[in-house]
Amino acid sequence: MTTKNNNWDYAASVESTAHIKLNKKYALYIDGKWVEPSSKKYFTTHNPHNEERIAEIADANDHDVDLAVKAADRAYKEVWSKISASERGKYIFRIARLMQEHARELAVIESLDSGKPIRESRDIDIPLACNHFFYYAGWADKLEYAFPNQKKEALGVAGQIIPWNFPLLMAAWKIAPALATGNTVVLKPAETTSLTALKLAEIIHASGLPPGVVNIVTGYGHTGAAIVSHPKVAKIAFTGSTAVGKLIQRSIAGTTKKATLELGGKSANIIFDDAPIDQAVEGIINGIFFNQGHVCCAGSRLFVQENVAEKVIRKLKHRMQSLQIGNPLDKNTDIGAINSAEQLSIINKYIKIGIKEGSEFFQSKCVLPKKGYYCAPTLFINVAQSSVLTQEEIFGPVLSIQTFRTVDEVIQKANNSPYGLAAGVWTDKGSKIFNLTSKLKAGVVWANTYNKFDPSSPFGGYKESGYGREGGLHGLAAYLK
Amino acid sequence: MKRIEVLKTYKIYIGGKFPRTESGRFYEATNASGRSIANMCKSSRKDIRNAVVAARKAQGAWQERTAFNRGQILYRIAEILEGRKSQFIEELMLQDSTKKAAQIEVNDCIDRIVYYAGWCDKFNQVASSVNPVSSSHFNFSSYEPTGLVGIISPESSSLFGLVSMLLPVISGGNSCVLIASESKPLCAVTLAEVLNTSDVPPGVVNILTGQVSELWSPLSSHMDVNAISICSRSAYIKDIQIASADNLKRVRTYDDEWDVQGGQGIQYITDFQELKTTWHPIENIGGSSSSY
Amino acid sequence: MTKTNDFNAVPRSPSIDKVGVEERVARFQSRSIKNDSKMQGLHMVLNMIDLTTLEGKDTPGKVRQMCFKAAHLHDSYPDLPTVAAVCVYPSMVRLAKSIVGDFGIKVASVSTAFPSGQAPMNVKISDTKYAVEHGADEIDMVISRGKFLSGEFSFVFDEISAIKEVCGDARLKVILETGELSTLDNVRKASDIAMYAGADFIKTSTGKIQPAATMQVTYTMLQAIRDFYDETGVMVGMKPAGGISNAKLALHNLVMVKEVLGQEWLTNQWFRFGASSLANDVLMQILKTDTGAYQSADYFTID
Repeated sequence: MTTKNNNWDYAASVESTAHIKLNKKYALYIDGKWVEPSSKKYFTTHNPHNEERIAEIADANDHDVDLAVKAADRAYKEVWSKISASERGKYIFRIARLMQEHARELAVIESLDSGKPIRESRDIDIPLACNHFFYYAGWADKLEYAFPNQKKEALGVAGQIIPWNFPLLMAAWKIAPALATGNTVVLKPAETTSLTALKLAEIIHASGLPPGVVNIVTGYGHTGAAIVSHPKVAKIAFTGSTAVGKLIQRSIAGTTKKATLELGGKSANIIFDDAPIDQAVEGIINGIFFNQGHVCCAGSRLFVQENVAEKVIRKLKHRMQSLQIGNPLDKNTDIGAINSAEQLSIINKYIKIGIKEGSEFFQSKCVLPKKGYYCAPTLFINVAQSSVLTQEEIFGPVLSIQTFRTVDEVIQKANNSPYGLAAGVWTDKGSKIFNLTSKLKAGVVWANTYNKFDPSSPFGGYKESGYGREGGLHGLAAYLK
Repeated sequence: MKRIEVLKTYKIYIGGKFPRTESGRFYEATNASGRSIANMCKSSRKDIRNAVVAARKAQGAWQERTAFNRGQILYRIAEILEGRKSQFIEELMLQDSTKKAAQIEVNDCIDRIVYYAGWCDKFNQVASSVNPVSSSHFNFSSYEPTGLVGIISPESSSLFGLVSMLLPVISGGNSCVLIASESKPLCAVTLAEVLNTSDVPPGVVNILTGQVSELWSPLSSHMDVNAISICSRSAYIKDIQIASADNLKRVRTYDDEWDVQGGQGIQYITDFQELKTTWHPIENIGGSSSSY
Repeated sequence: MTKTNDFNAVPRSPSIDKVGVEERVARFQSRSIKNDSKMQGLHMVLNMIDLTTLEGKDTPGKVRQMCFKAAHLHDSYPDLPTVAAVCVYPSMVRLAKSIVGDFGIKVASVSTAFPSGQAPMNVKISDTKYAVEHGADEIDMVISRGKFLSGEFSFVFDEISAIKEVCGDARLKVILETGELSTLDNVRKASDIAMYAGADFIKTSTGKIQPAATMQVTYTMLQAIRDFYDETGVMVGMKPAGGISNAKLALHNLVMVKEVLGQEWLTNQWFRFGASSLANDVLMQILKTDTGAYQSADYFTID
């Protein structure tokens, strides 16, 4: 018995929200207490999937930031710098364990608040965030092994400002190494994605970490500016746009504040004709459509060797058709919602420019949800090096494709950018891999893979992608003098 | 009849050549009592521009030399300097040093050069890492030079401060444009002559003399300069940091007085390095065992 | 030989990165198949099974019982499909055909000195002829892995072409025995050789060697089929065999077919499972999904 063709689609499989605990309103976490913002002002955080309100978030002003920094400074001087390194480590281990226990809750909240697919928050963001605390916890009492023959000391209060693309993961990247090296923290999450940082504050509180060691202040750019300019802040760790990174460097000029900046990128993903083609296609997909393309190291400039370009692009288009776009909480969703209306309009602006410039344009055929902020995966093919699409960071699911003929040509073009965060190289030939990986000016080079992260692996950029590293042994240096 | 001494013309050093400043200007270097000791080139922003072009051209090839070879060349600098010690001692004395202090300073410089010559093929070994990631990937991090470094030598030192700042930069494969001490510029130019006879490729080190007050700005705002090395007593630190933000130059600030003991180390090299992390898949991790 | 049967027409196979394949497979496995999709998928799986017995101790009695089961999977539950085919040794073809033929269930016969393939060409030809003459609708041949591994690719190609000629109207499934090919690069190359030599289906394994139909191997072969289709416009079927013993794994295989090849392949014309114990697990899942109660093996026949 044979059957006719089967039209088989995945039924909705939506992650339950029954088990998550969210307050209607969140105050500031300062000195181990929940503190009303002095202005009494709150702003609303929305679910980008359906534009519904989730919670009210405190808007911290200069005075609130001052309280938080002073609490952190006091905690540094009176408590945190005095307890033994191994005890410090044990607190961090505790936080890691508690995060693991809350893992599913954190994943659901992350997807609700940021729009990223539950598959990613559950399988990537949250586990990596927990592991980051685990990794750095163990460093706390081993710092003398990290930098032999160099006397290293903590800095004091670290002011940390993080973006909305990996909310909890970025909080972990910032807080874990700061604590392990003996600093105290004032952290500001991005205004559209404060919730998991606030849940982390609850977890940190439950861990018994001494008051003031970690303070979470929510707000907009002005809150971040207050942190950067506060005289008692010894260190600024910022992840975000290159423009803001430059503002920070200017505003701390002439002070002794240290800074690490993890900024934008326009990373090249390079496919040679001898590449494992199907895995390379997967790497392209993962490089540009992971987290809706809201990834600073996204492989947003694709370079394909001319003799395989047609095949690669055909495969890419085919693969894009199997990407499921929609409700971030659906376990089958590959591409969720764009984080905010504002970001969506930026992405759409670039798509318009691309269409106007006349490059070949392709979007996967999919029905976008009527409500919420959605953008179909997009390709621009045969884009010129001088196109805006290859020069500027779009921070969305938009890939610009260029072809190349020779190794030297592609190295030159890949490096022809003010950025230098990451790069990808796909070829079967080992010596070619090392040729490229050594010549590409980028802080992270993925060969025959893309968008991989690990707590033990340092991350950070060359040139205008910023300076300093996060993760790994080298990530400790950012918090020591 | 008394022999007429041949006096030295102090020039600047760009791309392995000793031109005069394109501006044709000079200034008098004087000692503490105000006596003129030499006419120095008063470099201009165009000299900065030319020096940066030369340094950029030289950088890639210098980086791609083997680390061993860079060490050999740096050691050669020490050898040549050792042979020309007396010239440096005389110049230091012209710039108000006692003979004893001058002798010690030159010796310390030679030793510092030897020290960094030895680091060339070791710092990356010591400071790199293989990172045990939790997936089937081989992952390692190692250093690459930041690129083109602008160095503003400390005003208080003619030679030792300059050497302490220059050597870690070039041992790590960077090229540089160095602005000499304005008031004590003699040794910088003579060191350029040493460098030029030590197999240091043209353009790797470029040395300008002149007024820091007019040179800091074209150097720190130059979009093709990747980092700035400066000392904390400089009047221009804040301005340099602000100007450097335009292309996110890494600005490193050091004490003006370079300590003979503590003023050297691997960290001065890695200050002008970028850490690169490379990933590659490993087949069959945790699969077939290699034990037997 | 025709042009499509020219060994020189086989393109250079792309290299395969195993870690990348594993990551892709993990994505298929993270698909959540629930409710209607699950029920529909499970029915499809049943209808794609080649119910198999390939043992030295096979008897007419055993084959007869299996064939009955093939047509009566679980009669107490309404509207279940039959399996796609039964798969037996050549000596059992006539018997099997006499039982399942009327139900529209195909009879597949292994051949070419299954499972090792270590026999002279004339033996393989006559083995195949015998099965076809006894009514086999499908022939499951094995490739000469020894020849493949020693680099005699044109030998492997010619052998498949020759068997294809003998098959006549019977559809040819080419078993690569991927567990012996050792690398995914080899799996890909063997897939390409088989398809260009005329295979109607490519099949992972004999079931006698471990590992058998891992998702990594099946994925690699599905990609080869996709590329062959893009190059030639000819659809080739896929049959993972061995090791797929539960419904979840089978559904993940369907996810792979859907995402790599497309809906057109989601029929037993183009996709089969070679399995002996999969059917009962699928049946238990169908009843569980329907009734909400977890099932016991005691209630499902084990022919």
